[in-house]
Amino acid sequence: MTAVPIVARRVRIPRQSAGRNALLLALAIVGSGVLLRDLLPWTFRLPDAWVVPVADWITALFNWLGYSADLGLFTFRDLTRGIAWLLAWPLSWADGILYSGFPAIGLPQLPWIVLVLLITILGHAIAGWRLALLAGGCVSYLTLFGVWRGSMQTLSIIVITVPLAAATGLALGILATRNRRAEAVLTGMFDLMQSIPHFAYLVPVVVLFGFGDVPAMIATGIFAMPPMARCTILGLRTVPSEVIESGRMSGCTPRQLLWKVQLPAARSTLMVGVNQVIMQTLAMAVIASLIGASGLGFDLLYSLQSLKLGQALEQGVAIVVMAIVLDRLSQAYARKQPVRHRHGEAIWHRHAHAALAVAVLVVGYLLSAWAPALRILPSGWAITTAPFWDAIVEWISLNLYGYLGLIRDGLLVNVLIPVRNLFLGTPWTIFVGLVALLGYRLGGWRLSLLVAALIGFIVITGFWTPAMITVYLVSIAVVICTGIGVPLGIWAARKPKVASVVLTICDTMQTFPSFIYLIPVVMLFKVGDVAAITAIIAYAMVPAIRYSYLGLRRVPTTIVESAVASGCTRRQILWKVELPLALPEIMLGVNQTIMMGLFMVTITALIGTRDLGQEINKALTDADTGRGLVAGLCIAFIGITADRLIGAWSLRRKRQLGLA
Amino acid sequence: MERPVKIACHNLWKIFGPKPTEFLARHDRAPSAADLTAGGYIAAVHDVSFEVFTGEILIIMGLSGSGKSTLVRCLSRLIEPTEGQILFEGQDLLQASETDLIELRRHKMGMVFQHFGLLPHRTVLDNVAFPLEVQGISRPRREERAREMVRLVGLDGREEYYPRELSGGQQQRVGIARSLAVEPEVWFLDEPFSALDPLIRREMQDEFLRLQRLLKKTIVFITHDFAEATRLADRIGIMKDGALIQLCSPEEMITRPADAYVAEFTKDAPRAKLISARTAMTPAGGLVSAEGGVPASAKVEEIAAYVLGRAEPVPVLGDAGEPIGVLGRDAVVEIVFGGPRSLESEKGRGERPTL
Repeated sequence: MTAVPIVARRVRIPRQSAGRNALLLALAIVGSGVLLRDLLPWTFRLPDAWVVPVADWITALFNWLGYSADLGLFTFRDLTRGIAWLLAWPLSWADGILYSGFPAIGLPQLPWIVLVLLITILGHAIAGWRLALLAGGCVSYLTLFGVWRGSMQTLSIIVITVPLAAATGLALGILATRNRRAEAVLTGMFDLMQSIPHFAYLVPVVVLFGFGDVPAMIATGIFAMPPMARCTILGLRTVPSEVIESGRMSGCTPRQLLWKVQLPAARSTLMVGVNQVIMQTLAMAVIASLIGASGLGFDLLYSLQSLKLGQALEQGVAIVVMAIVLDRLSQAYARKQPVRHRHGEAIWHRHAHAALAVAVLVVGYLLSAWAPALRILPSGWAITTAPFWDAIVEWISLNLYGYLGLIRDGLLVNVLIPVRNLFLGTPWTIFVGLVALLGYRLGGWRLSLLVAALIGFIVITGFWTPAMITVYLVSIAVVICTGIGVPLGIWAARKPKVASVVLTICDTMQTFPSFIYLIPVVMLFKVGDVAAITAIIAYAMVPAIRYSYLGLRRVPTTIVESAVASGCTRRQILWKVELPLALPEIMLGVNQTIMMGLFMVTITALIGTRDLGQEINKALTDADTGRGLVAGLCIAFIGITADRLIGAWSLRRKRQLGLA
Repeated sequence: MERPVKIACHNLWKIFGPKPTEFLARHDRAPSAADLTAGGYIAAVHDVSFEVFTGEILIIMGLSGSGKSTLVRCLSRLIEPTEGQILFEGQDLLQASETDLIELRRHKMGMVFQHFGLLPHRTVLDNVAFPLEVQGISRPRREERAREMVRLVGLDGREEYYPRELSGGQQQRVGIARSLAVEPEVWFLDEPFSALDPLIRREMQDEFLRLQRLLKKTIVFITHDFAEATRLADRIGIMKDGALIQLCSPEEMITRPADAYVAEFTKDAPRAKLISARTAMTPAGGLVSAEGGVPASAKVEEIAAYVLGRAEPVPVLGDAGEPIGVLGRDAVVEIVFGGPRSLESEKGRGERPTL
């Protein structure tokens, strides 16, 4: 036997008696909850009269801000209009360059051929031919499949939002590294912001800024900023102290130290932040079509709503293609190391890519004046596979729908509805009690109070029923994700060939915006809970796989070798050595799966679930800020509760195993 | 004390822990080890006083955690000392404003780091030119100076390389060139060769001695390697638990260790290379003839073969060529091969070995 199980057994002894007490307490909570349910009905559902109208207060506040707040010289509405007006400027420039042209001065937009070539050159400049071909090919797809205009509208929002969000994140990150109090406030704020789903950001923005591209940009920027700030904090903190000291000894002023030493030395971490900002911006820009952002997301939403599934699929692929290009380019740029140049090299040699880009720009514009097809691909030339996909969908509904419908209804009747009824029929007291007990066992009184307060917030604000639907959908999806993802991760950890395939798929799937996952499930299952759960599973599976893989790979080789030397079979090694040691890591993966599931479940409101996401969706139509924000907070609180509990368990377990 | 003092350091303290200044005041600026432990404090620099003379190589030695790196960082105020006084050319460094300090670092101090501390995004040339760049010196002028420095450390032809493309030894040459670019008067080196392979380390030590012969800086050099210290030092200071326990010439440290700790530290030192005839001889002024004598300043290693080849003890000659003592074979054998006396010197606290 290896040392580790012995250690584990030794610590289990005190835990067993404490565990028995906890179990008894849990039984008492459930028992009293069930008993009290009929005696005191408020322990089951809080009466409407007792609900604290937090949502109404927030709505009133935002309505006051949006319609009547006066700041003296100008009203709050003037302020938001001013901001919107300022932001509209750069956006109109980007629009002009990318797709609408500048009719006033007779300058047409960037010809597609120029953009394809520019992106190819950029890819080559960053990482050579492979990336160049991938990037160029992807951009060609956009033009060949006739989704150019929508893509350019989306790109225009991205190219303006990303620098603004990244600069804001950078500034806040720098602030946090310089001031402890600011750091505490900001990290708390980012924790909350990153647990609130995309959807919930839209409602207050609509109330304050209205509908359209600019409000969408604002919502997108706010949503996409936190990762940049976090990466800035991390990057600045991990600059080696000797590098900073060498800067100080060179006589840098604090400003010189920041700009010439710390930020450049943290470059690759900062670029990881920029990559995340880009990907979040794309995901959000697609969803922001709900508040009138033009672009691929808007076109996709329109196709979905009019059930043109083939067209929706092509637009969805276009979003995926854009995601891949943006992700690969920015990731490769983050990894890129500066290249050595020979002294006295000619300037066009040193900047060969830039020179080529300028040449392409000039020649491209001139050529497209002579051959307009190079500027805008004539619609007749565009390829479309939509009829093919529509035919497949039709074939599915004619031939397979009988079976798919059977599967769907079978699942609904036998699994989903019973689970849902269990969740809905359980008094809130049991949930709050059990969560508090778990919090106490894992992290003591502070954690216990925190999680009880978070779940209590959902009870007293009157969002319990939709919250339970959210929990039920996510729970089922997470169970299935774990059931499929963990074995896949284990398999990948044992077979390098499997790993390379599985991890590539994971990488690619992680770049897809959540919205995309709705398309295939609607094709298969139409709308409803089964479709929603399938979409959640597809979206949230990746971390379960990835963390299981990493967890197993990180088991120290010496421990595995000592197990082999002790005569363990493969199976024994897996069950008795590797899995126990990898479990804390695997649970962190499950935690991530839960967080992603909560994000996705919100979006499935668009295909008719009745969860908290639907509350936000309704709030969006009614411009009811309070309802939208509180529903968003409820989702965030469910997520934070799961995160803190699992995090506490994982940390404690890692400490016991000596891994932390 | 014939040379002028460059840096003087009086009763310097650096204490880590909550509110260290109040803690020191509470204990009359002389807390005992027990006081420190009880309060949960760590004295990285413990009441240290010493002087650095202009143009000397002063080496501070100690095991890791002995506070030597903290001490050198206090001297440049990279770390803020808790208490004490540092006089840099007579100017009180702890009273200096941030601006004064930046000026001092820009013109009078240079520092070399254990892990080089190079800026990864800049070429060799740009790294070396960096201290000049932050002063606002124009590009042609700073690059000219940087090229000169790169040549000085033998890296010409590598100006356009990035640090990651260089070996450890080459990276440290860049670090050295950068620290010398502003022509500092004081040169701090914090374990500059500790991260290098033994062979490279030796090569870099030779390089360092060559540069110092050329430049004659005032040097504070940190190391944990006693062999390195004895090769390079004019004087060696040994630190333990933040305190400076002995500061003297290498020879004196071997022959008169301040305590058992220093004796243990210096046990494996190449004694024959460090002990001079003056220390090894038996005084016998006037009684012997000067014929066939050796100079008192010669190291035992240099004269060992000669002394061992003679049946009679060899006269040792003072600066004016007058005989001041004799050196016998047994004394030389003992120093070269070790013997009962060297053990005795470890036990005896600082007594001059009677050879």
